[in-house]
Amino acid sequence: MKIRDIFNETYRSLSANKARSGLTMLGIIIGISSVIAMVSIGNGAKVSIQTSIEGLGSNLLTILPGIVQPGRGIVSSGRGSAQTLKNKDVDILRAIDGVAAVSPEDSRRFQIVAEGNNTNTTTTGVVADYAVVHNINLAEGTFISDANDRSIGRQAVLGATVATDLFMDQDPLGKTVRINKVNFTVVGLLASKGGAGFSGPDDMIFVPLSTMQKILSGDDYLSMIAVSVADKNQMADVKELATEALLNQHNVAEADFSIISQEDILGTLSTVIDTFTLVLAAIASISLLVGGIGIMNMMLTTVTERTKEIGLRKAIGAKRKDINTQFLVEAVMLTFIGGGIGIILGWLICFAITHLGILETQVSLMSIFLAFGVSAGIGIIFGYYPARRAGMLNPIDALRYE
Amino acid sequence: MITLKNITKTYKTGDVEFNALNGVSFTVADGEFVAIMGPSGSGKSTLMHMLGALDSPTSGTYLLDGKDVSTLSDDELADIRRDKIGFVFQSFNLLPRTTVLRNVMLPLVYAGVNMEERETRAKSALHSAGLDEGHFHNLSNQISGGQIQRVAIARALVNNPSLILADEPTGNLDSKTGDIVIGTFQRLNKELGRTIILITHEQDVAEHADRILYIKDGKLIEDKTTHTKRIIKNI
Repeated sequence: MKIRDIFNETYRSLSANKARSGLTMLGIIIGISSVIAMVSIGNGAKVSIQTSIEGLGSNLLTILPGIVQPGRGIVSSGRGSAQTLKNKDVDILRAIDGVAAVSPEDSRRFQIVAEGNNTNTTTTGVVADYAVVHNINLAEGTFISDANDRSIGRQAVLGATVATDLFMDQDPLGKTVRINKVNFTVVGLLASKGGAGFSGPDDMIFVPLSTMQKILSGDDYLSMIAVSVADKNQMADVKELATEALLNQHNVAEADFSIISQEDILGTLSTVIDTFTLVLAAIASISLLVGGIGIMNMMLTTVTERTKEIGLRKAIGAKRKDINTQFLVEAVMLTFIGGGIGIILGWLICFAITHLGILETQVSLMSIFLAFGVSAGIGIIFGYYPARRAGMLNPIDALRYE
Repeated sequence: MITLKNITKTYKTGDVEFNALNGVSFTVADGEFVAIMGPSGSGKSTLMHMLGALDSPTSGTYLLDGKDVSTLSDDELADIRRDKIGFVFQSFNLLPRTTVLRNVMLPLVYAGVNMEERETRAKSALHSAGLDEGHFHNLSNQISGGQIQRVAIARALVNNPSLILADEPTGNLDSKTGDIVIGTFQRLNKELGRTIILITHEQDVAEHADRILYIKDGKLIEDKTTHTKRIIKNI
């Protein structure tokens, strides 16, 4: 039997039952399009989260005191209690090749009073470089300057949320806030960054680092050092150099600090999102499986319906292989056409999601190839049994079948 | 040339054995028109399946044009059916919603004949079977019973088989249309020299053949040459 004849027969038999072929294909269409849409939404979510993390400050190395234990994450390892990062470390880090800026930070929670309003929030001692390293935007006034730090000044910069909590609608610039019973003058106000962010600068008060250590907390260690690296490609090198330098400075064999790069955070989040995408795709593939069973069901019905025809074809010289091929091609053709329409539909869904501004989706070529492969595979797997059954029919029994 | 030697066919249902054919032997020469007769259950259908290479005998030898068919595999039997045998069934078995021409071309699809030759051969077979050219492109469900059986005969002819097997070809037709179909067989036998084996349970249909074989209980009980052969003319 020639290829052209096989396709001819397939076309004739599929178009003879247009409604049934269409409904059967619908199962595959829904399955393929939902797999493509789900994978694209997952990819889109990944890209969008990556972008927002990079927006928190690019090329950032975060050095924390204590050890971030593998598997326990960053938060639960009680970094507040470790006191291994000192002011001296900052100068050493500044000297490393490829470091653009270093921002030593010391954070504590204090009770803050202003105009009779009260709030309990994080007060962070910073130097001028903080604004550079963390991409801080001011709404009004100025940020903490190096001069403020040298003079152990009593200046404060308020995060957007703190400003609203303490001063409501009033302009806080020039007003006085009491932090841990010490008076500070508000010199600046941050623009709202939106979102919870990582260090949550919206809900923070910034004071000079020297003031923080000498007046407010009375100790000389740091809760964090943020290092901005000049070139993204140098991240790994700088991380290694910084580790070495700090090990020397602290005179320890095993690190009593942790250096976390943005890539580490991105890596962790990407793994989470990938898992999430996989779950979505797995759920969507269930509909693909159901679609495949639909194809098998239709093919079995077709084989039963056409038993007499199969008998006739065999009687006039069709071999088992000819009948097998004919029915298998029919099933594969159904899934192929269904898969093609499903890809277009999935693409349209993603297009709509992107254009409605819900999420920036990304249709990957990979998911399309996968969907096409899977749909053709389903055709072969679920078409094989009915086709085999057709091929095995005994011509005598098939001819007698009423 | 067909030679059957001591053909038996045994069906097993559980522990019960049933001999549908019980040592049948006969020879049919090229160009003969033979009718096989017998009551239902006599084994004539089983015999036809053997002759048509649809089934293999349990024991015995079946030589078709000198080739032993009785020991072939399924696919080899399919080749024999494709190249040497043309079937005409009682219930016609045309493909529905398909044109007359395509129906006749179907055996050539499996024979791997190219498109143009398929059409030429199908048309000439339809002419031999006596169907008007006006019906060639009609769908198989748009023509009359007699015309359908002519299409079925054309389909049986199209591969130039050495043997045409007709299983109760007039069973579903009224007597007048039946006569036309039998007349067509007679003409094909006489003009084209085709070997025709016709299976029937009607005596007057059988009397149109040169020779009648009577089957009963899986055995050949009589082999009779028809001296007063009925001829249908003007077909």
